[in-house]
Amino acid sequence: MLGATRGIGRSLARLIAARGDSIHVLARNADDAAKCAEDLKVRGAAAVSVGVCDLMAPTTFATAMDAADTALGGFDTVVMSAGIFGTQDELGADRARAAAVMTANFTNTILFCEEARVRLLARGGGRLAVFSSVAGERGRKPVVIYGSTKAGLSHYLEGLDHLHRADGLITTCIKPGFVRTAMTQKLKEPPFAGDPDDVAKTVLSAILRGAPVVYAPPIWALVMMVIRLLPRAVMRAVKF
Amino acid sequence: MLSGWGRVFGPGREVASEDIEAITREATLTRGLARSYGDSSLPHPDDGVVASCRLADRILSFDETSGSGILRAEAGFSLLQLNRTFWRRNFAAPVGPGTQFITLGGMVSADVHGKDHHATGSFGAHVREMRMRLASGDIVTASRTENADLFKATIGGMGLLGHILDVTFKMPRVPSAWVAIETERMPDIDAYLAGLKEAARRFPFTMGWIDTLGASGSLGRGVLMRGRWASAEEARPGVPQPLIRPGLPVVLPDFVISRLTVSLFNAFFYGIHSSKATRKIEHPETFFYPLDAIRNWNRLYGSRGFTQYQCVIPEATGPEGVKSFLNLLRRTGGSSMLSVIKDCGEEGEGLLSFPMKGTTVALDLPVRDDTQSIVDTLNAHLIELGGRVYLAKDRFTKAADYRGMEKRLDAWREIKQKYDPKGRLRSAQSARLALT
Repeated sequence: MLGATRGIGRSLARLIAARGDSIHVLARNADDAAKCAEDLKVRGAAAVSVGVCDLMAPTTFATAMDAADTALGGFDTVVMSAGIFGTQDELGADRARAAAVMTANFTNTILFCEEARVRLLARGGGRLAVFSSVAGERGRKPVVIYGSTKAGLSHYLEGLDHLHRADGLITTCIKPGFVRTAMTQKLKEPPFAGDPDDVAKTVLSAILRGAPVVYAPPIWALVMMVIRLLPRAVMRAVKF
Repeated sequence: MLSGWGRVFGPGREVASEDIEAITREATLTRGLARSYGDSSLPHPDDGVVASCRLADRILSFDETSGSGILRAEAGFSLLQLNRTFWRRNFAAPVGPGTQFITLGGMVSADVHGKDHHATGSFGAHVREMRMRLASGDIVTASRTENADLFKATIGGMGLLGHILDVTFKMPRVPSAWVAIETERMPDIDAYLAGLKEAARRFPFTMGWIDTLGASGSLGRGVLMRGRWASAEEARPGVPQPLIRPGLPVVLPDFVISRLTVSLFNAFFYGIHSSKATRKIEHPETFFYPLDAIRNWNRLYGSRGFTQYQCVIPEATGPEGVKSFLNLLRRTGGSSMLSVIKDCGEEGEGLLSFPMKGTTVALDLPVRDDTQSIVDTLNAHLIELGGRVYLAKDRFTKAADYRGMEKRLDAWREIKQKYDPKGRLRSAQSARLALT
């Protein structure tokens, strides 16, 4: 798991730990990874190992994943929940930050998935679960750049699922709606906001049944269906 | 805007992060799940921002080699998480407060007590040490041997001595996570108080509900509950699974809680219980946290919110003290939907800790125009009786009244002065009560 130290990833890792699974935690900061591991161990994980992996340094992905493979004796599932958020106000005003968001959420996330893909396919398949976002469903005013990174990622995940499901590689594209985490605390809370622990439950059950796409909280599937149907003129007129 | 559980709002906003060391660097107050009823967790009006530890909820270590469990966890770790993680391993929280939606930081700051206070004391008694960020920004350890004065002032100190970063405490091993309970109806307050005393000798958990509106003959009639952890043989099969919790989708109109509805509810609640003791094996969530069953039950009290008036009346005043208090409550016209009475054990080591040997009474009062005067009247009598109010519930007590009921305040202030000479750490409540 990359991204298990914070937010929804943290909640999801705890649910997986409570099942008694073995987990390899990848994190940018070694101390953070170690604390995360201890937490997951007490919460019921059969075994937890850690490795350092920085989403901004794609050259480290292969080594980190090999180490995970060794520690777990061959993993069967890869969960990726790391990413960077920024509102359009923030990213529109800061080119370097915009570049970092695009690199992290699109380029490097896909490079990470590619490392997972080759390893899982080599052993006859497995599960790849990646956090995209409902922000990638339509071009919207408050999240123009962030939304486009998630749109690109969602397309990649859909394509990958079409290409390899028959080979046993099951890809789940996770699209959280508004979830109350540290990432969203500065935003105005819309209706249907969810809590990370509840969202993680929905996500875990989708991963386990091999759903290609999951909206969480589930009501967001309906919300986004409506938003996808809105004419351009409406999207241009509204603030969201 | 922010509020405590009583939904009486004040200005302020919250900053939450998994990184508790980062958010406490500049903050003047940390809150947890904001279940204190009044303004304990609201920032001082001049500060406007309060750090929230609710996302800093990691378990840092757990050691069960000594027989009991020694858990060290970050301040935002909640009782809910504790129960979910440890009931299945036959460990339980050392005290049984009335809600699961509280954090370790809050449990220390309010020195929470529960149905087992007569047997196990309050939470502070089970704490071994804490890591804290002081007003100066320094991070120190507080325990009974290291910075012992800080330790004593922090237990029940409402977060005003320093930001609690993590807590190490002891958890007892239990035979099962199910509870063997007995429920019995009591015809009046004398029978009720005698029943509490008798039950305390046989059961680790005692508490009950009384009707504060009953006619004079039946004043304080109620339902007494007593319980203990069920043995492995008595327990229902398996580990208690989390119960489904519906929420109230909207804030109900103010007229829903009136004298009429309150007396109807109380009569109904009394009526459905038997005058003979009934025994059963109960789900621990149902027994310990009946109010958690509705997620946001605080919406029941309408747009103006409510306050909980919880006080403790010293044992020296005898049943007469409790009766005079309940009679006074009836004369003020205050109607409390749920009135809880239980006896407390000895006072703990926390300098501003609430419980003392005696009887505690908790009343839920909807906020109305006369709430302030009701609280003032009750406080005046409470001071005569030698009792005190519980800061975690309080929103209306006046500074002079608090001073009149808290003899340990000067000793606490001396320590506060030592660790925070500029009075940087503060809350809306500490300003109202002139604590610093």
